[in-house]
Amino acid sequence: MAGSAQRIVTLGQANQGQSEPEHAKVEIDAIRKVFQTSRGEVVALHDTSLTIANNEFICVVGPSGCGKTTLLNILAGLDAPTSGEVRIDGTSIHGPSSERGVVFQQYALFPWLTVRQNVEFGLKLKSIGKGERRSIAEKYIESVGLKDFANAFPKELSGGMKQRVAIARAYAVNPQLLLLDEPFGALDAQTRTQLQVELLNTWEQEQKTCFFITHDVEEAVLLASRVVVMSARPGRIKAIVPIDLKHPRTQETRMSKPFNDLKNDIWSLVYQEYLDAKK
Amino acid sequence: MDNKPATRVGQMIDRIDGKVFLVVSFLLGLLVWQLVSMTKAGAVFAGPVDTFDAFIQEAKSGRLLEHIYASLFRVLGGFALALVIAIPVAFLMGWYRVCRMLVEPWIQFLRTIPPIAYIPLVIVAQGVGESAKITVIFVASFLVMVVSIYQGVRNVDVTLIKASRVLGAKDRDIFFHVIIPASFPFILVALRLGLSAALTTLIAAELTGAQVGLGQMIQEASLYFRMEIVILGIVMIGIIGFLLDKLLLFLERRLAGWQEVRSV
Ligand SMILES: Nc1ncnc2c1ncn2[C@@H]1O[C@H](COP(=O)(O)OP(=O)(O)OP(=O)(O)O)[C@@H](O)[C@H]1O
Ligand SMILES: [Mg+2]
Repeated sequence: MAGSAQRIVTLGQANQGQSEPEHAKVEIDAIRKVFQTSRGEVVALHDTSLTIANNEFICVVGPSGCGKTTLLNILAGLDAPTSGEVRIDGTSIHGPSSERGVVFQQYALFPWLTVRQNVEFGLKLKSIGKGERRSIAEKYIESVGLKDFANAFPKELSGGMKQRVAIARAYAVNPQLLLLDEPFGALDAQTRTQLQVELLNTWEQEQKTCFFITHDVEEAVLLASRVVVMSARPGRIKAIVPIDLKHPRTQETRMSKPFNDLKNDIWSLVYQEYLDAKK
Repeated sequence: MDNKPATRVGQMIDRIDGKVFLVVSFLLGLLVWQLVSMTKAGAVFAGPVDTFDAFIQEAKSGRLLEHIYASLFRVLGGFALALVIAIPVAFLMGWYRVCRMLVEPWIQFLRTIPPIAYIPLVIVAQGVGESAKITVIFVASFLVMVVSIYQGVRNVDVTLIKASRVLGAKDRDIFFHVIIPASFPFILVALRLGLSAALTTLIAAELTGAQVGLGQMIQEASLYFRMEIVILGIVMIGIIGFLLDKLLLFLERRLAGWQEVRSV
């Protein structure tokens, strides 16, 4: 456990420098979110701050109900914080924008549009001409391996294929920041592994800042530059763990000792929170 | 798939085309009808042969067509008018809270009143002419359709709205590119409900007084105890309703085939 204590940078240390990214892309500054419900106030997020560097891949883990989705919605601009603010490149955000793409757990494809039309949806809104739209969509549909399904409707696709379309759709509008809320949570283990590798490849090629929520610690360690562990409700950041495993990460990475050490360390942090949440 | 019996007979039945069953079912129905007309009930319940004779007679004289035309004109007129107004009202209610708060209680209240209850009021106000009938049919099908379309608008998956927002959609885009297509299946269901309400109300309106129309034909024939014509009228109404419903189902398959769960 002594080793793990060294690797894990807790929040107190995180704010003091060394792990503070140099080119801040996203600054989450003292966010607090309170929901008014019929049963009174629910504090979903409590004083949450985090700075994300350009091209970083952040994975967020934490017990159910700790405010992960709430944080993602605020980053997307779909929800406003009760206090605090989010800045992207130094400018605070108000409302959603195509600069911040989202991949939802439930796919959220438009069922009345074909795969191609789904991927073109955002491009159409940007008034990009037909020819260019077509070629951009083709590129991303191909990159997720669905070339033969371009004219299929979502109901004709499996869960994994649907999520590939959702990822292609998010990438097509070329956002600076990609927010993913348990995108692979509903998929079987095999499809999940496949999509993880594909997502990593795309991330290495496209260099986008990613904010990825998951329940799966192994997934977090495989994908992340840093793993953020959140505490049970009211949610706040409990620990930030840098993952300095080299890229490209493969199946072999999963077998390696450093990978498994990190996984175990993070798992015990999460488990502790899970126990606290139950109380 | 339904549970298939593993027996030989079961397998043979499974292989028979659905259309064959349709014919068998139709013939069985005719047989039951014939049998009923041969019992004591036959005094009131004219049999298929008499009814068919009546059909030939009325069709030849051109009266039947006149009745059908008058009834269809009223149904489709009232129904079309109702649809044209129900769509924007339902979307306004779904989209604007103020509109919803002001309009919904009234619609929910009026909807519970059977249209037959206000037929006398309309007839006193507008006389027994065409406009009175169209008004009654309009009100009845409008109320049914507005509620159903409005429910569709309210039920649009919020995740789809969020997904469109993060792709850069503004309110206008969301309305035209998400809300309308997403509620389209509900509009089709509303059409079917509205049409059935329109037919029901039509007959009620025509029974209370009309020069011409299937309801009037039934009413008049019953006065002279021409039961074969009464039954002919009933069957014609059934056929019209059935065909219109099939037409809408066909439209649904063509235009909303993307649906995950079919409402059929
Ligand atoms: N719209 C809302 N109204 C009221 N309470 C809400 C709302 N959205 C979230 N909450 C509450 O805020 C807390 C955090 O919810 P959130 O969805 O962010 O959790 P989560 O970490 O994403 O959980 P999970 O891992 O199960 O998805 C929960 O207690 C939830 O009940
Ligand atoms: Mg969540």
